[in-house]
Amino acid sequence: MIDWLSSALLLAGATLALLAGVGVLRMPDVFTRMQASTKASTLGLGCLLAGVALKNPESSFVIRAMSMAAFLLLTTAVAAHVIARAAARSGAPIWKGTLVDERPAVAADGGDSGKDRSANACCDAPPGPS
Amino acid sequence: MPNVSMLIVLAMLTVAAGLTFIRLVKGPTLPDRVIAIDLIGVLMVCVLVVMAGLTAEAAFLDVAMVVALISFVGTVAYARYIERERS
Repeated sequence: MIDWLSSALLLAGATLALLAGVGVLRMPDVFTRMQASTKASTLGLGCLLAGVALKNPESSFVIRAMSMAAFLLLTTAVAAHVIARAAARSGAPIWKGTLVDERPAVAADGGDSGKDRSANACCDAPPGPS
Repeated sequence: MPNVSMLIVLAMLTVAAGLTFIRLVKGPTLPDRVIAIDLIGVLMVCVLVVMAGLTAEAAFLDVAMVVALISFVGTVAYARYIERERS
């Protein structure tokens, strides 16, 4: 019974990781890709840790798995937030079908300067002097 | 039976890492590549956790924790680099 439960948790975690890979490949936008990958690292790795801790119910496994899950819940959100802020400030292109664009920097420039800034950020910056 | 499920899990994680690597090569902007690198680090941690269950060796969990910590610091450093490159 415990074996079946841990196998189900492991398969659920691996499915979430696989969906994150598909999402990162197929999503149209930096921000949507980021939400796909962030869910894998919290929920998918959490399911994997729970499955492994259920399969080996010893104190060394369970304590390490729990501390790792707690550490993961703290750091994944911070990393996703930092990447999203960097992407938004560097003017990453946003998907055409986006309904609400609340980025203040792009709106302050006026017009559709998001595409111009994205072109600058992705292609013109590396050959430049700085 | 549990070993078979763990082997299936390892295969799925490998496929996910391959898909992420395609995005890492293709990624049009720098944040895309940073996200792909971050996800590859997370998948590496997943593989280490599954290996800890497969071999019943708790030392793999310590390695996974260290890899997760270094991946987090690397992601934050990449994000700082992106923000600084802009100005």
